[in-house]
Amino acid sequence: MSVLIDKNTKVLVQGITGGAGKFHAEQMIKYGTQIVGGVTPGKGGEEVLGVPVFDTVREAKEATGATASVIYVPAAFAADGICEAIDAELDLVVCITEGIPALDMLRVKRYLRGKKTRLIGPNCPGLISPGKCKIGILPAAIHHEGHVGVVSRSGTLTYEAVNQLSQYKMGQSTAIGIGGDSLRGTGFIDALKLFNDDPDTYAIVMIGEIGGSGEEEAAEWIKENCKKPIVSFISGSTAPKGKRMGHAGAIISGGKGTAAGKKEALRSVGVAVAETPDLIGITMKNLLTEKGLYEKCVTIK
Amino acid sequence: MKIHEYQAKELFMAYSIPTQDGVLVKEGEEFPAINFEPPYVIKAQVHSGGRGKAGGVKLAKTLEEAQNITNEMMGKILYTKQVPDGKRVSRVLVTTAVDIQKEFYLSLTVDAAREGIAVIASGEGGTEIEETAANRPEAIITEVIPYEIGVKDYHARSIAKRMGIKPQNVKTFVAMLKNLYRLFMEKDCSLVEINPLVENDEGLIAIDAKINFDDNAIFRHKDIEALRDLGEEDAKELEASKYDLNYVSLSGNIGCLVNGAGLAMATMDIIKAYGGEPANFLDVGGSATAERVAAAFRILLSDPNVQAIMVNIFGGIMKCDVIAAGIVEAAGVVGLKVPLIVRLDGTNVELGKEILSKSGLDIIPAEDMHDAAVKAIAAIKR
Repeated sequence: MSVLIDKNTKVLVQGITGGAGKFHAEQMIKYGTQIVGGVTPGKGGEEVLGVPVFDTVREAKEATGATASVIYVPAAFAADGICEAIDAELDLVVCITEGIPALDMLRVKRYLRGKKTRLIGPNCPGLISPGKCKIGILPAAIHHEGHVGVVSRSGTLTYEAVNQLSQYKMGQSTAIGIGGDSLRGTGFIDALKLFNDDPDTYAIVMIGEIGGSGEEEAAEWIKENCKKPIVSFISGSTAPKGKRMGHAGAIISGGKGTAAGKKEALRSVGVAVAETPDLIGITMKNLLTEKGLYEKCVTIK
Repeated sequence: MKIHEYQAKELFMAYSIPTQDGVLVKEGEEFPAINFEPPYVIKAQVHSGGRGKAGGVKLAKTLEEAQNITNEMMGKILYTKQVPDGKRVSRVLVTTAVDIQKEFYLSLTVDAAREGIAVIASGEGGTEIEETAANRPEAIITEVIPYEIGVKDYHARSIAKRMGIKPQNVKTFVAMLKNLYRLFMEKDCSLVEINPLVENDEGLIAIDAKINFDDNAIFRHKDIEALRDLGEEDAKELEASKYDLNYVSLSGNIGCLVNGAGLAMATMDIIKAYGGEPANFLDVGGSATAERVAAAFRILLSDPNVQAIMVNIFGGIMKCDVIAAGIVEAAGVVGLKVPLIVRLDGTNVELGKEILSKSGLDIIPAEDMHDAAVKAIAAIKR
């Protein structure tokens, strides 16, 4: 099992004729993801990588039966790209694009309300259900099928965590990169709910960072709802206040959003917090061993 | 992106937000003619709050005194609480002194959690809002404006009442808040702050102004981009931005070169956790070329505090062999003056390691990020 995506997910690539779009579409096809079409305004009728290109998302959906899309269009146009996918009533939209203006994303977030579409990102690496489907830019080789769900605000730190899990022979059910912006679609709680409800996910890794209050809110939710073991790492303990650390959302402002505060909130609800990033894998192994779940989570020979 | 107070006030005037008369004096330029009456307030124009306490805001009773204070202030280094390392003053604003009866705080910012523009206000202005928030949270008023309708008169009237603005000034406040909101939305601001907003017999007046803009939206505001003062920015951070590198200067001695913002922060954290001090945050991004890696090296080595460099790469889409080639090229051009500890993992890691070992460079290889941090710290102690 996995959450959000599987072998049946039919994916459109918005921006398939651009450099990044084409490169990653090819990688996804190689992985076995069902890429059923691409969308680039003005290039309808063409073919890229053996899949048809359409002028609009709606046309592409009607012709291919697509259920999801992934967006690689430049930041200036990405918000409109998301809105177009929402209008076409796709189930899932994954926006990889980094650097979308905040006010554009504010408009998108309000437009999403009451719509059937789930947004992941922007400024994210996408998601992968190992062995089944990959949407985005995550490196396929390090992921293995298994029972640990991973949710993270950071791309490369997700790879780091996945790699450590794999070192201890624990495969992943689904790994979701929710992105480094403060105005994002799917948040920690949404992802945790999915993992909590998935019978095939036995444990969860949650990777947060400084800025915002997503981790604190997640801690509240975990306290009331989550019964599965969770390991967390929060990056940015040493980040200076008031400085944006690469990600638009990674900034400590007005003394709020510190790593110390987030770690404390998570610890207080029983989450095992790895103090340094090299300890994510071993912390999970120890926690699962303690709960008698480790053997069940070993899926890598 | 930040701008100066005088620039923010010019934008206020363009949006009919009341502020006082003023003239700007630039270093090396003659003191300009002033067509308003004394007393004057002389204000150093640097990107920092807390200028008053640092001696950057002074009162002058006469024109002569204003000229003298301006001359004294020009070229001085201002050490504020926000910028303890100091900022050099090269622009000074001379304004009319305003009669102050009551001071308020007023700001607009994006509230990501509540998905709207938050108006934050207080009847207790003049001090830093963080202090008020910590000491007297009940004195802070927050109203999130619904995105679909924008700020309406009723929002503004309600905020004015809770701030304690005099009834005769409410109409002015309503117009002011609507104009501030329009400015915020039209110019893609991330913060518009008036502290203090002053109330006196003449009405309401913004005697300070601070505006920050969304860096991601600057591309559609050439007029705002033109206001950027490069002299206010850290030279290394500025150089990094030319190569699309995310760099933040810190005070330690281990330079870091990492791909991805989260991993870059985590690298700083692990160095600190094992007893070292990171010299910087540096994210080379997901599509670094050999040229960008070389630029990153040059920036790291231009910091005289750097005594070792720790490279921490988890190749995903970015391939380890590309990074390794970049390191070798950069070391050849820039020269390796300090120990270099390299941890490579992920896509094409074996190819990458081979390139490094064949290069003949004196590189200390590391197995994982723990190993890299420990070796970097040891390299400095040696």
